[in-house]
Amino acid sequence: MSDTTRTAEFAVELRDVRKSFGKTEIIRGANLAVRPGERVAIIGPNGAGKSTLFNLISGRFGSSSGDILLHGQKIDGLKPYEITRKGLARSFQVSNLFTRLTVFENLRCAVLWSLGYKYSFWKFLADAHDANDRAEELLEMLKLDKRRDVQAMNLTYAEQRALEIGITIAGGAGVILLDEPTAGMSRSETARFVNLIRDVTAGKTLLTVEHDMGVVFGLADKIAVLVYGEVIAFDTPERVRANARVQEAYLGSVLADQQAEAGQAAHGRAAGH
Amino acid sequence: MGRTLETRPHYHFKPWNVGRWVLWGLFAVVLTVAPLLWSSGFALTMLSQMGIAIIACLAYNILLGQGGMLSFGHAVYTGLGSFLAIHTLNMVADGRLALPVSLIPLAGAAGGLFFAALLGYVTTKKAGTTFAMITLGIGELVWSMSLMIPEFFGGEGGISGNRVVGAPVLGISFGPQLQVYYLIAVYCFISTALMFALTRTPLGRMLNAVRDNPERVEFVGYNTQRVRYIAFMISGLFSGIAGGLAAINFELVTAEVVGAGRSGAYLLFVFLGGATFFFGPIIGAVLMVVALVLLSELTQAWLLYLGLVFVFMVMYAPGGISSLIMMNLRVAAFGKLRPLLGSYLALVGTAATILVGAGAMIEMVYHLQLNEALGPELQFMGATLNARGFDSWFGAGFVLLVGVSLFELVRRQFARQWGITQEEIEREIKRREAAL
Amino acid sequence: MDQLLINVLNGVSAGLLLFMLSSGLTLIFSMMGVLNFAHASFYMLGAYFAYSLARAVGFWPALVLAPLLVGVLGALFERTALRRVHKFGHVPELLITFGLSFVILELVKLVWGLSSMNFPPPELLQGPAFTVMQSDAHGLGLAWGAAPADRCTSTADAVMHCSTFPATRFFMMVMALFMLVSLWLLLTRTRIGLVIQAALTHPEAVEALGHNVPRVFMLVFGSGCALAALAGVIGGVTFVTEPSMATIVGSIIFVVVVVGGMGSLAGAFVASILIGLLQTLPLTVDKSLVHLAGNLGWAVAPGDLAYPLMKITLAQAAPILPYLLLVLILIFRPKGLLGTREG
Repeated sequence: MSDTTRTAEFAVELRDVRKSFGKTEIIRGANLAVRPGERVAIIGPNGAGKSTLFNLISGRFGSSSGDILLHGQKIDGLKPYEITRKGLARSFQVSNLFTRLTVFENLRCAVLWSLGYKYSFWKFLADAHDANDRAEELLEMLKLDKRRDVQAMNLTYAEQRALEIGITIAGGAGVILLDEPTAGMSRSETARFVNLIRDVTAGKTLLTVEHDMGVVFGLADKIAVLVYGEVIAFDTPERVRANARVQEAYLGSVLADQQAEAGQAAHGRAAGH
Repeated sequence: MGRTLETRPHYHFKPWNVGRWVLWGLFAVVLTVAPLLWSSGFALTMLSQMGIAIIACLAYNILLGQGGMLSFGHAVYTGLGSFLAIHTLNMVADGRLALPVSLIPLAGAAGGLFFAALLGYVTTKKAGTTFAMITLGIGELVWSMSLMIPEFFGGEGGISGNRVVGAPVLGISFGPQLQVYYLIAVYCFISTALMFALTRTPLGRMLNAVRDNPERVEFVGYNTQRVRYIAFMISGLFSGIAGGLAAINFELVTAEVVGAGRSGAYLLFVFLGGATFFFGPIIGAVLMVVALVLLSELTQAWLLYLGLVFVFMVMYAPGGISSLIMMNLRVAAFGKLRPLLGSYLALVGTAATILVGAGAMIEMVYHLQLNEALGPELQFMGATLNARGFDSWFGAGFVLLVGVSLFELVRRQFARQWGITQEEIEREIKRREAAL
Repeated sequence: MDQLLINVLNGVSAGLLLFMLSSGLTLIFSMMGVLNFAHASFYMLGAYFAYSLARAVGFWPALVLAPLLVGVLGALFERTALRRVHKFGHVPELLITFGLSFVILELVKLVWGLSSMNFPPPELLQGPAFTVMQSDAHGLGLAWGAAPADRCTSTADAVMHCSTFPATRFFMMVMALFMLVSLWLLLTRTRIGLVIQAALTHPEAVEALGHNVPRVFMLVFGSGCALAALAGVIGGVTFVTEPSMATIVGSIIFVVVVVGGMGSLAGAFVASILIGLLQTLPLTVDKSLVHLAGNLGWAVAPGDLAYPLMKITLAQAAPILPYLLLVLILIFRPKGLLGTREG
């Protein structure tokens, strides 16, 4: 991706970002400023709009109003590929792989643009040594080298999640967004995965959406708490834990969730995201 | 884990890929030797048409198999290529243009590329089902326009040309069909090689990625629509070559070359041959010529049979004939084909029974419809049937019923056996992986 | 003036027929994500079934029986073939309906032959529904059925003009509007309608709530085909019953759904009327771009480069106008006129 100048103070900045779907306002003025190299976990109750926020930043949806800046440049309204080319990459909560391509091919496709191959049909992939080497490198990093020539759709769930991360970081983006990377994993898998994420995102700006607080504390220097489409706190883990508003919003919703789980209430809260 | 790559010395051991050279060599040999084996005029016309069809079908599969784009209007690009080529040929004959006949297909290529660039921009704006509908609409648009602009499309009679123009070069005047065949064979080989090469380029691979997950492609930095558009143009270019060769071959181009019937034929046969493997469309192209030329002579119900085969293929073998071959090759590679042969034989036998029963009934109906004057009797596979006789109908129906029931039984047995075989293969693969 | 009125009515009635077809198509697409390529073939089947049934039991029973029969066949197809292909994705679904359209066409040719069938409308629908009369003396007038001769033939003092509107077309409009209203009532006022509406956008959620979504799919597919067949019965008596009727109308209805916006019933309605008018009204205009240029003072002669394109009259160009509209919509408003869901 392009060598974006890091002279801007913030890697990612959100200024009063709003998003409505029809008449429902999901993001109601979100403000966030992440410095380069910071590692931020975004947490919040269900329905707070965490994935929506990621979708807005990465260009999957357009915002209704407000500014989104990447290294000081406005990126709201840009197409996803334009944003990716500026050095921001994201992973998906539900693995979004190239199903019929092999693991190796998946990774290679993810690096082609960053190495300048663009839409060329006059060069052979076999001669693209830099792309091939980079893909091999990633295979080893992700511990997927034994599964090199397996089609992505035939991988196990954990392998697919690993490949998902691999595709995200392959292009060398400086700002990485990970959407619930450890969703659906067992304890041991999660622990292994957190180490993997820490390794592959070393030195980069990281934003993760997470529910697992263990993962949050393992990966993040700062936590942003999103409640009803607003960032109500953005600070170090200790200070966030002590924040009264957070306690009220999060704890309140945690209690409500527990009540619903216990099957007491007949009304279910819409478990959206 | 920085972005800069450590430069390592590149020791790339590339053993001569013997398999690949053998296959391409075989292909070249077959192309060269075929007209010597089947040298009758009839065979020569069929071989020529096959060569043209191979290019057209491979070009179609750039969209369908490699890009996941289902087009109902592919004939537009082969057809417009044909028209441009024949007009160019006439310009050469008039002396207005100095171009050897052997390069006329490149005029077709230019035509195909031009119209693909023009119409493709709008067509590739959407994907999936909408894309298919757009290609249908544009196909109809061009077809309707063909009747309105006789200057370019020649009206009812089409545009005719003469491929024997100018002095013969090295004795080649392109008068005899054999010379035309070899021209087609050369273009066929080169086009096939180029289209195969495309599958090994960044664009080709990203096209596959677009097929598998168009959304994710955007998130790795590529503009999905741009990838589709460029592929569309490349497909148009090769379609134009096929069209140009057809113009030379038939020396006549009529409006039906852009019609829905031809587009449908490309779709049907590429799918039948198999869109998932590169050589599938080649099989499809050969089948297409055989069906259109031979099958239509055998029976009047050939379109119906074709339609039914297509429907069953979509339901039971969506990868086409090429995928059936590859699947069985894989089974054979693991040494497990022998036990399945018995079931295959049974399947073929019962399917043949169904064919006989259904075929008899269909032929009888056609006979009643179209050959009333000849009386109620007709010949079917060596037996005499009475289209108005209860016996014939009962017999045919009985055979059909027996065939269907037996087929279903055999099919279930086969499916079970196949499943077991696949499991055994999976286990073997895992065992080999673990041993590494 | 009277001619213009009749032309507009012709256009609207053609549009309403298109809507009868495209509404079924839109319902099936919205609900199941499959674009039924064979939809126009069911239209044709409706006409042919009605033709044969009418010879046995008369037109009016056939009007009810033929769509039911075709609906059952459609449901059967969904159950046996389409459902199996569903798991392969949308492209195979489209392919199998494409194959089906092929097979139906050949079967129809097999059973009924290649020539057009003589399918006369019933007593009640023969002749004109009403006549629009125009004269200098009486102005614009309307008469039910045929108008008296003395109001139609020009005399020495007064110029008189009459245009008739066929009863079959009138019946077509009535049926289409009746169908439109019933569909709207069904979808918004009944329970099954609510389920269908919900499944239109969230089929998995509906299934999770316990509704038998596959059965609903079968029902919707069968109903869509039945609607197409109903349109076919009416189209068969109004126009011509022949093997090519499927292909003629087939590509147009796909243009309708893309222009209207994939998955939007309201869009299909607007697009149908628009395209119906677009196909009918220009037929009376014998002017071409050459004439227009001439009026602007710019002569275009036969030798000029653009002449072949410019000499095409609007009437000649009528068949391609819907497709031109398709291209324009795709350039300027790719979502379709009232589109919501991405195809």
